[in-house]
Amino acid sequence: MARAQTVRLEQYTAPVLPSDNVKRLPPSPARSARKVEVPRTSAWRFNLGDKALPWLLPLTLLGLWYLGVERGWLSEQVLPPPAYIYETLSNLVTSGDLWLNASASLQRVIVGFTLGAFIGMALGLAMGLSRTVEDYLLPTFNALVQIPVLGWLPFALLLFGIGETLKYVLIAKAAMVPIALCTLQAFHQAPKGLLEVGRAYGFSRRQSVISIVLPAAIPTLFTGLRLGFTKAWLSLVVVELVASSEGLGYLIVYGRQLFQLDLVMAAVVVVGALGLLIDRGFDYLERRLNRGRPTAGARLS
Amino acid sequence: MSAVMSVGSRNRRYRGWVLPIVGIAVWWLASNQGWSQSGLFVSPEKVAATAWDQIASGKFWRAISASLARNLSGFSIGTTLGLVMGCLLGLSRYFERLVGPSFNTFKQISLFAWIPLISVWFGLGDLAKVVFLSLAALVPVVVNTCDGLRNVPPNLLEVARVYRFTRWQTIIGVMLPAALPSIFTGIYLALVYSWLATIGAEYLLVSGEGIGNTLIDGSEHFMMDLVLFGMVVIGLVGWALNALARTVERRMQRLYGIAPR
Repeated sequence: MARAQTVRLEQYTAPVLPSDNVKRLPPSPARSARKVEVPRTSAWRFNLGDKALPWLLPLTLLGLWYLGVERGWLSEQVLPPPAYIYETLSNLVTSGDLWLNASASLQRVIVGFTLGAFIGMALGLAMGLSRTVEDYLLPTFNALVQIPVLGWLPFALLLFGIGETLKYVLIAKAAMVPIALCTLQAFHQAPKGLLEVGRAYGFSRRQSVISIVLPAAIPTLFTGLRLGFTKAWLSLVVVELVASSEGLGYLIVYGRQLFQLDLVMAAVVVVGALGLLIDRGFDYLERRLNRGRPTAGARLS
Repeated sequence: MSAVMSVGSRNRRYRGWVLPIVGIAVWWLASNQGWSQSGLFVSPEKVAATAWDQIASGKFWRAISASLARNLSGFSIGTTLGLVMGCLLGLSRYFERLVGPSFNTFKQISLFAWIPLISVWFGLGDLAKVVFLSLAALVPVVVNTCDGLRNVPPNLLEVARVYRFTRWQTIIGVMLPAALPSIFTGIYLALVYSWLATIGAEYLLVSGEGIGNTLIDGSEHFMMDLVLFGMVVIGLVGWALNALARTVERRMQRLYGIAPR
């Protein structure tokens, strides 16, 4: 190796530039600037006040809101003042109502999501492992998936009544769909190069599934779980808006019926914050899982 | 897994029909033999009769046209606003710093949680529904347009710089075509979301006509046949919108010479 390199170095001589009879190009200015400056991701650049800018819009809105209510541009019933919402929120926290309703909602979403995750993974696994099962099942599955949770709601309402079962079933259905599809996709995306290596080593089918397909599938599986949870959270709110007697969605409906918009807004804030918190949790877990994972496996395929 | 590759693709296509046909046959048999006495257990013939009745009496057409009109107006308003906002967010760092964080917080709020507030501010009529639908369509378009514009491959931008493109030329000739697949993903998602939101709006802001109201009627009067008919229609419309979006997407990509995803 070293020998080859030295030989090449010795053989390399500077190219003789044509001297007289050839018209030379002028020295290009770009040659001196070897470092190609990659343009930033955006076309306009502003470095001024980077920290303060994001706060400008919310603060302006808050100010307008405050001013609007203060000056009586809008009635308090249509838009309660911000301080009032804060008060309602702290009342909810101190009286324990928030905890009661949030725990009811969380219990629903966790039970439904777990149920949906198990069913979804089992379906995805069955379809991923056997092409026959996929051929029989996938078209029907895809057809049923076209109907959103809200379409299933009246049907499930008639079948199960307005009980906890209804909520569990619908949340499970919402979570199940992306999880099953992602699990199936994970099998389809199994790195072909690694599978070939497995075949060369005479892996059994079981071995290749356990030690090649599954490890490579973990990120996709996780994406499925995360998507499933987002869907579950969304349908939790829908189901509770339509039919419930406790829970965060119920708080929203209750506030709406009494025309207490402060309660509605406080509950919306809590729903948003909880959703954000859980999403961040999944994000963190995903990064932990992906840490130290070589990306070469994916590239081999 | 390539274990069962030997089965011909023609044979495999038939397999998808086995499960639905068996399901309907069992359903038909069960209702004919009277295995269940529940009034909710309707026969397939009853569902078909209800479907025919709805279509023939014109109720179905009124409901579906009301729903689709709402869906499309909300979708087009939301998509237009979303494209403008996504372009601003993706192209201007200044605007991104100003609005980006607020938008990211805003989009965390579950879509349907807006309905009670919208119903107070805009009433229960078509205006409220269209506002809600625009909101549903806006978010995915903004997110994907912005992502697409930010993730333009740097080497393309370098080429544009080498050719001394002006900023305008760079945007029109390089960035927008490169971002096109992502933008289409956004519009496609917006179409899916807005159909879901149409049903949601009709379900939660009850007034007027629409396919969601057909479902509610069926549910309130314990008419399972009407509910099932409504579900099938919702599924079919969702599927049709999906297929339409996919066709347009492929056409546009071919037009711009971009390989399909």
